[in-house]
Amino acid sequence: MIKKPKSGNIRKSKPVQEEPEPDMPAEIKAQPPVAKAPVGIPEAVDGIEEPGDKPKTSSRTLGARRATAVDLAKGQREISVSEFFMKNRHLLGFDSPRKALLTTIKEAVDNSLDACEEAGVLPHIDVTIKGISETRFRVIVQDNGPGIVKNQIGRIFGKLLYGSKFHRLKQSRGQQGIGISAAGMYGMLTTGKSVAITTKPHPAKPAHYCEIQIDSKKNEPQYLKEEDGHEWTGSPTGTRVEIELEAEYKKGKHSVNNYLQQTAIANPHATLSFKGPEGEDMEWTRSSDQLPPEPKEIKPHPRGIELGILIKMMKSTTARNMGGFLKKDFSRVSPAVAAQILAEAKIPATANPKRLAASNAEDVFKAINSEKIRIMAPPTNCISPIGGDLIEKSLRAQINAEFYCALSRPPAVYRGNPFQIEAGIAYGGPDADADSLVKVMRFANRVPLLYQPGGCAITQAIIETDWRNYHMSQSRGSLPAGPAVILVHLASVWVPFTSESKEAVAQYPEIRKEIKLALQECGRALGRFLSGKARVAYEAKRRKIFEIYIDELVEAAGAMARINRANLRKDLVGIAKSKTLDAETPSGGENGSEAEAAAAAGTAAGAKPAAFNGEAKGEADDEGA
Amino acid sequence: MTKALKKLRSMKDPADKIRAMADALVRFAEKGENPYLDIPSRTLSNVTFSDRDSIIKLGDETQRRFFFNIGQAKKFMQTYLVASGCSELLKVRKTTSIRDLYYMTKHTIKDAREETFNDQKESDPIIEDLEVALGSLREELNLFASNRGAMVGNMTIWDSGDMINLRKQGSGGWSVPSIVEENVVRFKSCEAKFILLVEKDAVWRRLNEDKFWKKHNCMLVHGQGMAPRGVRRLLYRMVNELKLPLFVFVDNDPWGFYIYSVIKQGSINLAFESSRMAVPSARFLGLSSYDKGKFKLPDNVSISLNKEDRDRAKQILEYPWFQKEEWQKEIKKMLKEGIKLELEALSAKGISFVSEEYLPYKIKNKLWLN
Repeated sequence: MIKKPKSGNIRKSKPVQEEPEPDMPAEIKAQPPVAKAPVGIPEAVDGIEEPGDKPKTSSRTLGARRATAVDLAKGQREISVSEFFMKNRHLLGFDSPRKALLTTIKEAVDNSLDACEEAGVLPHIDVTIKGISETRFRVIVQDNGPGIVKNQIGRIFGKLLYGSKFHRLKQSRGQQGIGISAAGMYGMLTTGKSVAITTKPHPAKPAHYCEIQIDSKKNEPQYLKEEDGHEWTGSPTGTRVEIELEAEYKKGKHSVNNYLQQTAIANPHATLSFKGPEGEDMEWTRSSDQLPPEPKEIKPHPRGIELGILIKMMKSTTARNMGGFLKKDFSRVSPAVAAQILAEAKIPATANPKRLAASNAEDVFKAINSEKIRIMAPPTNCISPIGGDLIEKSLRAQINAEFYCALSRPPAVYRGNPFQIEAGIAYGGPDADADSLVKVMRFANRVPLLYQPGGCAITQAIIETDWRNYHMSQSRGSLPAGPAVILVHLASVWVPFTSESKEAVAQYPEIRKEIKLALQECGRALGRFLSGKARVAYEAKRRKIFEIYIDELVEAAGAMARINRANLRKDLVGIAKSKTLDAETPSGGENGSEAEAAAAAGTAAGAKPAAFNGEAKGEADDEGA
Repeated sequence: MTKALKKLRSMKDPADKIRAMADALVRFAEKGENPYLDIPSRTLSNVTFSDRDSIIKLGDETQRRFFFNIGQAKKFMQTYLVASGCSELLKVRKTTSIRDLYYMTKHTIKDAREETFNDQKESDPIIEDLEVALGSLREELNLFASNRGAMVGNMTIWDSGDMINLRKQGSGGWSVPSIVEENVVRFKSCEAKFILLVEKDAVWRRLNEDKFWKKHNCMLVHGQGMAPRGVRRLLYRMVNELKLPLFVFVDNDPWGFYIYSVIKQGSINLAFESSRMAVPSARFLGLSSYDKGKFKLPDNVSISLNKEDRDRAKQILEYPWFQKEEWQKEIKKMLKEGIKLELEALSAKGISFVSEEYLPYKIKNKLWLN
């Protein structure tokens, strides 16, 4: 058997999620694991050669030598943050120029929303895209948030993986803090332009302006320009970010327009506006003046963590012994439970977690997940759902439909992580396409998920729900068809995405079950509405049938006896009308008037609901990219 | 049975009945009521077996057919269409086949992409509905079914003015018309001592070719499967007017048993006609479930019962007119063996086994069921 040289090439061809690249920044190695893929044990991580290390095995080969250790080392040294970024940009949402544009806006808007909420301000976010050339655009996102103090600007915008969200267990939009700085890096790499930030942290003081680039070798911000007293219009405080990038601007399913509309629906307390490169000028006005309650931070539940995280926690804990570590660093671990876990792992309570981390972590991990030990479900008060009422209000404000319903399920738990499902339906209306499949809006922690619908637990749950029970047509293994929008929101302290690009929710049975329950409840309400609507159509059809047969009947009776045919026809038509009175009821009844009221309210508030049709058609080109 | 229905059925002239039907519709319409027709149900639940007469009779259950009912509107309209067709026939004093009537009443409905009748299967049951609703047989409404069935034997008859010698009918026999009333068919001279009704045309041909009727001095009739109304009515008249015993020779399967039972007691569907068609004295000559063993037929001539056969056999087992012990044994034997036999299976023992051995043996030894 020929043993292949363990060269850099081979290593690099491996999927990045499984084994970190040798030259990635230290922070990236510590990245929390994706859904089900556990992080390797520490030896494996440490075993990877650091730049400049003497290669351990590459020259010990039986086959032909392809490169010397020195060659390899030379090559390895030159890989930098920017190279890592460009190589892995598909993981971060920058795989196509079109997606890059959307991701940039998404990261900026997420940041703005978070900043506003943390400061207790109702968000007002203006998004502008200026066309520089066919393939180059300048994205400007301005918010009315608290602004950023001078010395933080660089860290937020000029350093990858900086942020407070990285490891805490608290419901938040982003989870990895790779967002806005990555967008800046992408812009810099594709256009050479810096990220421009204008921020006004103090109402009484002038705005501060700076231009930043990321030093891709050191992962440090570089200030290119700094000045005070910059021009600022609008809110008393706030931040404006400008990024120029190579991109593609297109309408359709994955359009900026569509993303902003969905963001507005999931954030009823926010007002968003959009000025596009083709003269687009629209605004989605907030339908609620209530800020969502701030989510509480919780300690991780022992059943919710992966082995890699457990090792990290053991290494970095302040507890001096294992008993204390389990009690202090996790939720729902009482002294009795901690004792049970340690007994199961055959580890003394007095052992030092730091020392155990390398050797016995796996035993602890197995003990935690042993069926013999009962651990209470995690607290669920840390989740902040949008709320059924607000979702419905939001749907009414942003979508012109005939029927609306929305609800929140009670919180539930998957693998130790609390989560909550919300669902809503908007049906009918002049803008909806009755012949195509329903339009699905997926959200995770209020962020719209626009890509990879096929692999997502939300899409799967919608397909698995039998919509024919609710008077919608549906082919086997497919989404239902009809003029409807189906919305599903997953709120959780830790959303299990299928990949780093955070585009699809992983298929946990607990999550799918909850989504289905929510959809079924909405479906029943829709079914009741549709059966009323169907009744009117049915009555009209009945009347038509009677009217058709009356002529035949009168002719036949006329041939059978001497009768007055005209009178008989008149009498029968009269009875037919009285028997099908429901056919004359204006369609929709109660819901119809509600829809009209909502449409009127929408116009008054100045909202311009985005057009719905057209988006469902075509635009499958970058599906599942 | 409702008063109106009784009144309608009590009228003598079918033409009056049809006029009354039209008038009823006008009265309903004038009063602003939902027009309806009462039609005696032609279902198993509305059929009673009369032990005394040993025939199936129609009960008093009726179905009310409304016009302003989405499931019934079309049928209601169709019933009037068929009635108007019959009214036309009565007026011009002509008879026609039920297939002709189907074409007379079939057309595209004005302003709709819909036919009054899609096929004859739709119009035939409407004719039966009208027959029971009016209490008039289709023959009285100047309708007849297509001819089916044939007869040969030692007899001369009069058919619509022609004398027919049934001894000289070649290989095909005299085709039995669908209307065989006195005005169409009269019996002249008859030497035959019994009637043999054969289910199948092919076996009937074998017996005719072998001149079975000559050797055994009988009438040989077939109905090509389930005997049509003309054949049944003719058998009834021959049995009652000429006092001839009737033997039935059918396949050994649930369908064959049912054919025998329809001849003997009448059918569920046409229960209203039993009294003028059923022959309670009819005897079942074969094939019996015991014949395979008795005549040592080879195994390969039998066919396994399928699910449908089994279900049908179990149904028949429950019919009140199959409650005689010998019949229960017969049906249970078939279910136990799990096989059925066609008449042609007898040919395995020789091409003329049926005419030269089987039938003579059965008749001579009185191996029949009642």
